[in-house]
Amino acid sequence: MELPPGHYLATRAAALAAACLCYRRGSPGRGLALRAVRRASRQDIDGVGQKYHLELVLEDLLDKDSTVNCTAEVLYHLGNNIPPDVQFTIEGELKNAEEADNIFYNRIKSLEKELVAENIPDSHGNVSPEMEPVHLLAWVASGYVIWQNSTENTKFQLAQIKHVKQVKRSDEYLEFDYTILLHEMVSQEIIPWQMTVLWHPQHGVQVTQDSRQPEHASE
Amino acid sequence: RQLLLSTSTFDYATYHSLDEIYAFMDLLVAENPNLVSKLEIGRSTENRPLYVLKFSRGGTNRPAVWIDTGIHSREWVTQASGVWFAKKIVLDHENDEGLASVLDKMDIFLEIVTNPDGFVFTHTQNRMWRKTRSRHSGSLCVGVDPNRNWDAGFGGPGASGNPCSETYHGPYANSEPEVKAIVDFVKNHGNIKAFVSIHSYSQLLLYPYGYTSTPVPDQKELHQISEKAVAALSSLYGTSYKYGSIITTIYQASGGTIDWTYNQGIKYSFTFELRDTGRYGFLLPAKQIVPTAEETWLALKVIMQHALDHLY
Repeated sequence: MELPPGHYLATRAAALAAACLCYRRGSPGRGLALRAVRRASRQDIDGVGQKYHLELVLEDLLDKDSTVNCTAEVLYHLGNNIPPDVQFTIEGELKNAEEADNIFYNRIKSLEKELVAENIPDSHGNVSPEMEPVHLLAWVASGYVIWQNSTENTKFQLAQIKHVKQVKRSDEYLEFDYTILLHEMVSQEIIPWQMTVLWHPQHGVQVTQDSRQPEHASE
Repeated sequence: RQLLLSTSTFDYATYHSLDEIYAFMDLLVAENPNLVSKLEIGRSTENRPLYVLKFSRGGTNRPAVWIDTGIHSREWVTQASGVWFAKKIVLDHENDEGLASVLDKMDIFLEIVTNPDGFVFTHTQNRMWRKTRSRHSGSLCVGVDPNRNWDAGFGGPGASGNPCSETYHGPYANSEPEVKAIVDFVKNHGNIKAFVSIHSYSQLLLYPYGYTSTPVPDQKELHQISEKAVAALSSLYGTSYKYGSIITTIYQASGGTIDWTYNQGIKYSFTFELRDTGRYGFLLPAKQIVPTAEETWLALKVIMQHALDHLY
């Protein structure tokens, strides 16, 4: 069944697909975001779940003029006990992020003390230039958390990095321990989430551990 | 912080505190006494005054446009835009043909900080606070979602009965003084023809209903206005908006502002969700305040112009 591209079922599935895609293809030098939904259709599969076919436009967060088209298939499983399946095909090439990635990698590797920061962006939306790649890395990594926890009734966005701490490693990987705030748009809740993120320019981004944190109860 | 001496030296491209915004309002009135006045329509839970600016060329109880910003306190670009709109009206009310023709026949009411308790809380304690700061008996949790507290499908699906939830509808409709103040104002005024409630984020222009999938009788007209308003908005910086009814575009939501205002007979009831689409979300960089306000103003003018041309 064809969906109007502006219908919330389409936009939620699209956000999920974009998050997953961003996780698989993103890096501190390349963050991808959903620009538009061109087409969407939904199919109810008896005993299995809901399948979406999507045609999307994605943009490069560091270069708004750089966009790619992509098609994606999303399968939400009945009962939501297992994360949705997402498959995608990107048409054309993504912008090369090698230079930006290497600059960031070398900068962190040469730090005397492990990086620590909080509130990115701050209350006024500021992100310092040095923290941009740290923000983008969280954006990419949160794609994993979003993908793993999405249903037809959720739409997650990264709201803020509350705290990030680099974890010393003896190998070539960079490791960061993030506490992020996710904004879930259907319930409007702000959900703290911890994630351990591994990254290497040649090996992509990996979330090795993540856990939902308790919210401020009454505050 | 320096003492504000004039609305010409006010920094519109940064986020301000409640005190600074209230000082701005007083200055705007003092500088333009023939156009602008300040009304107190009630008090918040924590006893803060709820102020509405009235822009009027005279007359008695003229048909009016209502605009509110900041009903959800964490949506900071909205209050900041409200401040900009106030100044814009003052700057343009004679030389801008469209605005001048609106003010010739209609009044504009603008409530910039619709939820002052929440707003202060976002500055002092929790930047992500959304709701009011009321405490209702029997709960450890604070606050009611002011956009679920209106008497339209109140308590139905699309709001939560859990006081700890961000979409808690409250113990009963209009339990929140911030909401009751507007309800009373609208009913007493009796001549409001367009009502616009401004939120962020998502880049959407929405019309009723949220609480039911039954389309409003004026759906076709509201859809056409939305199309025109969004085109005007986009024309400035290329910002793309989607539009539609609340229930098909974002979700079912009961007890919402514009569902109530529409059911009161205010045909031209709209909700905006301003920039962005999630990259910064509620934490929109301050340098986007003015561009956001500028483009939104173009959409607002379309709505106001339409109301003027189709007075009912």
